[in-house]
Amino acid sequence: MMIQRVLYLAAAILVILGLKSLSSPKTAKHGNTLAGIGLGLAVLATFVTGVPHHLGWILLALLIGSGFGAWGARAVQMTDMPQMVALLNGLGGGAAALVSASEYLGAPGESTISVLLGTLIGAVSFSGSLIAFGKLQGLLSEKALVLPGGRAIHGATLVAAVAAGAWVVMGGGPPAFALFSLLSLALGVALVVPIGGADMPVVISILNSFTGLAAAATGFVLQNPALLISGTLVGASGTLLTQLMCKAMNRSLSNVLFGGLGAAAPGPAGGGSGSAVQHRPVRDLSAEDAAVLLSNIGSLIIVPGYGMAVAQAQHVTRELADLLSARGVDVKYAIHPVAGRMPGHMNVLLAEANVPYSQLYDLEQINADFERTDVALVIGLNDVVNPAARHDKASPIYGMPILDADKARHVLLVKRSLNAGFAGIDNELYYDPRTTFLFGDAKKVLTALVEELKSTA
Amino acid sequence: MNADLLTLLTIFALAVFVGFEVISKVPVVLHTPLMSGTNAIHGIVVVGAILVMAETTNPLISVLGFIGIVFGAANLVGGLLVTDRMLALFKKKKPS
Repeated sequence: MMIQRVLYLAAAILVILGLKSLSSPKTAKHGNTLAGIGLGLAVLATFVTGVPHHLGWILLALLIGSGFGAWGARAVQMTDMPQMVALLNGLGGGAAALVSASEYLGAPGESTISVLLGTLIGAVSFSGSLIAFGKLQGLLSEKALVLPGGRAIHGATLVAAVAAGAWVVMGGGPPAFALFSLLSLALGVALVVPIGGADMPVVISILNSFTGLAAAATGFVLQNPALLISGTLVGASGTLLTQLMCKAMNRSLSNVLFGGLGAAAPGPAGGGSGSAVQHRPVRDLSAEDAAVLLSNIGSLIIVPGYGMAVAQAQHVTRELADLLSARGVDVKYAIHPVAGRMPGHMNVLLAEANVPYSQLYDLEQINADFERTDVALVIGLNDVVNPAARHDKASPIYGMPILDADKARHVLLVKRSLNAGFAGIDNELYYDPRTTFLFGDAKKVLTALVEELKSTA
Repeated sequence: MNADLLTLLTIFALAVFVGFEVISKVPVVLHTPLMSGTNAIHGIVVVGAILVMAETTNPLISVLGFIGIVFGAANLVGGLLVTDRMLALFKKKKPS
């Protein structure tokens, strides 16, 4: 028993050190390994005191789970990382809920509050993450689906879950507990269904922190410090990331969760001057003409968005950048903090395509450079370059920090169509006289552009 | 029991502060790996599922525990490997 406690302590220390190292680029890989050793140690420590029952089954379950995790981690493409993280997160939440439920069934009446919290948060994280996975994977519509009654449904589900919880505490037994679990699952669905694709970075962060807290709750239930510490660390760090994401969009958490930005229906809440997509003339350009334009510039800022990820165009984007750099063009990448579908998503994709660190710039670092830049090449991106965020008080995205791509001398927009972004609002940048479009799939468009540039060399 | 609860609450409160302190200044480049790294860490809940299954003879609880271990282990191993893959990308291009 003593040795187990010591091992758990060592595990917790390793996890903390690992997390610390994960927050700096130089030590991050090392940090992940440290955390991994810590987690492995915690699992080993569990076997130290002996396993009275089911040893074979436990090992089999570990094998199946690890095998599935390892296979998934190898098979997943970098562009699909957000849904992978959502899925793994949901599994963790589900595990926490199952542990809490088992403890309840094993000894109803003991430390019920932490059991209920573990079940509630774990189940919300499980069902919520699965919905997020479905949206990111394209199995469900990415649009924000605002149910009639919207907020009332959240409220009603929450109240019903709390009531069922009270019934459990008063001795309602397994039927009460089953009802409580079902309502918790429903709450997770109700929470994520109304949230649009563009808000996914926030949702994934918050679900991650939920699973951490659910694991911490099981630490309370099982009086296990390793679970408690690790779960709490994740809960705290997830909360911090959530705050960062909200700040990057200049919106409050409740606005993200309940605002329904990106709703399909043009409800009265949408309002504002830009809510309807207008049909004004835009200019488009062929690959040849774009190549001519690009072969006569001195500076270029590439602004990549989720559309680049969807089209798997990160490699050809880098090829274009390298080609122009070799000709003496000053090439930079501007990364919006919430571009993509999870925090830092674009950075990972560009790293995969071997784009050097030194060419990547954050919003604050680069915004002043746009007005001194010949061309801003915007790839598969919409709302975070919409100038309405700066001046149109009626716009739903007013106040959101944006990349000032519109200030460049010329703006090239690579886009599939004129459809509005997830916020469902028109973008005045489209109609700016300095803007021209390259319509089509980002990978095809950029490949054609690269070919043209090569042939003119 | 009360003393135990208090100890656990103390650990919880301190861990909250440690969690905030440790990652308060993370560069944007590392947001995704940090997220999937912390994602792996909550896979530690597999420990809870093992304890549940090791200490029960009830068939229903055994089944719940079994599923819990599968889920938790997938979360833990998958999260660690995915994070490792991403961080390898960052490292690879450093010399260039």
